[in-house]
Amino acid sequence: MIKILLAGQGGQGVLSIGQMLAESGLREGKEVSYLPAYGPEMRGGTANCSVIISEEEIASPLCNTPDVLIALNSPSFHKFAPRVKPGGIIIVNGSISDSYAGRDDLSVYDVLANDLAIEAGNVRAANMVAMGALFALTQLVKERSILNCLQERFVGKAAVYETNVRAFRAGVGAVAK
Amino acid sequence: MSKILLHGTEAICEGAIRNGCRAFFGYPITPQNEVPEYMSVKMPQIGGVFVQAESEVAAINMVYGAAGAGIRAMTSSSSPGVSLKQEGISYIACARIPCVIVNIMRAGPGLGGIQPAQGDYFQATKGGGHGDYHLIVLAPSSVQEACDYTYRAFDLADRYRVPAMILADGMIGQLMEPVELPPMRDLKEIPEKDWATSGHYGAARRVLNSLIIQPDELEPHVNEMQRTYEEIYRNERRAVEYCTEDAEIVLTAYGTVARIVKSAVNELRKQGVKAGCVRPITLYPFPDDTYAACAARPNTKAFLSVELSLGQMVEDVKLAVNGKKPVYFYGRTGGNVPEESEIVAAAKKALAQAEAEK
Amino acid sequence: MKVFQKTKMLTDAHLHYCPGCTHGIVHRLVAESIEELGLQEKSIGIAPVGCAVFAYDYFNCDMQEAAHGRAPAVATGIKRCLPDRLVFVYQGDGDLASIGMAETVHAAARGEKITIIFINNSIYGMTGGQMAPTTLIGQKATTCQNGRDPAVNGYPIRVCELLATLDAPYYIERVSTHDVKHVLAAKKAIKKALQFQAEGRGYTFVEVLVSCPTNWHMRPVDALRFMGEECTKTFPLGVFRDKSEGKQ
Repeated sequence: MIKILLAGQGGQGVLSIGQMLAESGLREGKEVSYLPAYGPEMRGGTANCSVIISEEEIASPLCNTPDVLIALNSPSFHKFAPRVKPGGIIIVNGSISDSYAGRDDLSVYDVLANDLAIEAGNVRAANMVAMGALFALTQLVKERSILNCLQERFVGKAAVYETNVRAFRAGVGAVAK
Repeated sequence: MSKILLHGTEAICEGAIRNGCRAFFGYPITPQNEVPEYMSVKMPQIGGVFVQAESEVAAINMVYGAAGAGIRAMTSSSSPGVSLKQEGISYIACARIPCVIVNIMRAGPGLGGIQPAQGDYFQATKGGGHGDYHLIVLAPSSVQEACDYTYRAFDLADRYRVPAMILADGMIGQLMEPVELPPMRDLKEIPEKDWATSGHYGAARRVLNSLIIQPDELEPHVNEMQRTYEEIYRNERRAVEYCTEDAEIVLTAYGTVARIVKSAVNELRKQGVKAGCVRPITLYPFPDDTYAACAARPNTKAFLSVELSLGQMVEDVKLAVNGKKPVYFYGRTGGNVPEESEIVAAAKKALAQAEAEK
Repeated sequence: MKVFQKTKMLTDAHLHYCPGCTHGIVHRLVAESIEELGLQEKSIGIAPVGCAVFAYDYFNCDMQEAAHGRAPAVATGIKRCLPDRLVFVYQGDGDLASIGMAETVHAAARGEKITIIFINNSIYGMTGGQMAPTTLIGQKATTCQNGRDPAVNGYPIRVCELLATLDAPYYIERVSTHDVKHVLAAKKAIKKALQFQAEGRGYTFVEVLVSCPTNWHMRPVDALRFMGEECTKTFPLGVFRDKSEGKQ
């Protein structure tokens, strides 16, 4: 069972990749849950969601102590870094955040998500850079499942799809180094 | 059929639609806005009716009209909005009009907050509005159950001519999980309502009414309702047990909290504490038999009710346990949800207290 | 030879209305109109809370008894699901213009294809003569015992005029029952409204001025005279909307 907390600013697409992750897990026959935080946070503030992917039935859908944190901006990095399970992973968007978590019992991956997304063609694909990094680090779902979800999301928008795939691959590359 | 990923709110809508719901009346309030939004798109596609009412009060009365005319109808809201609906629900209960009301609970009292809570347990299970009546209350704890229980609620409501409520919390509303949708039910399969005021061309006229002004007529009417509740109690109590057989501490919770409790039970077992849990599916009728059976087991030392309230369901648990074993309570409120570790600690404390008091 | 017959659209139940009250007349006008239109068997009526609360016993068709003020919402629920039925609502002034104003305005604004018969007797009758939203300036009620004082109680609400500010309503008329001539005119308006609904044209609303000798503390004849002379000053009779004649 892997618990992932995805957080960022509203509009950065954390909910979108959270759903994509859950959808990918579902297609591979895994148990999944996706729980977005809701409320005023939806209106331009911070957004976050909890995704669990598991081989067994999922009891609590909460990710109070996630195995993995994806933080697409600085406030969410600092807010949620203390909650990550010891031995866990943090993927932080180094383009717009520092990466000092103040603890040494986990691995922090500083990924220049915005910069890599711009290189790939659009800063809005920063979420897919993080997704690529997550995939490379955890292999929790297959690459093909993610790309299939992505393709369905951008039906008829081949250019956008391509940009997102490039961003995804850039994310994979960023943590492979 | 394969599973698809759905929001709790969508699952509720699909459960309703697939069991013949063809009229939905709603009003915006967080965290259930996705229900009217979904229905506004879906209903016209399947020949159903969607109206965004001017208020929750109007919405429940539109349900009164539509369901009274024999159509399977539903409304949904969240706590403050459900309070507004109580007048209509009382009339609906007295007029014996089956329908489904969804309450995606948020934290109260007052305008409160919009985060998950279970503070409307009393309101839902003890009637809610004025007069002697009850609703059938079902509490889903997953998105699949949100769909299945809403589906079932329509059949139960029709069968007993009692309004049914889906009592969920904000978490169920927002959660996305895999769901296997039931097939679309043929409307012809749904039994005809021989009491419906549907303008049925010439047959004896029908009246739906909750004004029964003569005491000697109202009393038998209310007694008849009471007999229905007793029948519902006999037939429809449902609960799920987990690891209770040898449990020393039996935790209990409903809705999404029950899932955190289940995680806590697993953790307690890992730590060597014999824990189990009971999750009521029907909050009314309350599955007291399940609790009584647990209380009768010699290994059971104590109960712990865990709620997003300051202690509501715990009263029914105490009635069910009937003094045989101590019943403790752990709750969070205001929209906060307890973490597994809090529940583990509360369970250990309850067990220690029970042993100390022995 | 023509022999008078009671309309089949009314049951044989004994009307509970006070002597001199013209509610009974309006019941008959509505019932006769529906019968004459041949719509009795597909009619569904909504009774209000107030003096007409027992209307479900009187109209000989399917009836629903609504909560106080909620009849237009109930009617909306029915008519939307069963658009080929004739759905009529019978409400008093407290029910329609006070506690149910939101339902009233919004059903009209949505253009629900229903017919609302609005009984305006400028008083709360059933509860014993309290001030209504339509009580005239200076008129006495148990909750304004020296007469309605605008400084304290505000002014009466003219519902037809208010609804006529909305775009959706198809037909809005105010009629009275204070003499035979006006009763006949009222019948015409009510029948027209029901006919319009049957033709699926839109929201139809007929306000009927009715007397309340009991709570006005008048003899029935004086009450009728008061209606004709006083009530019609605050509530002028006439057609406020008739889209069939291009009156917007």
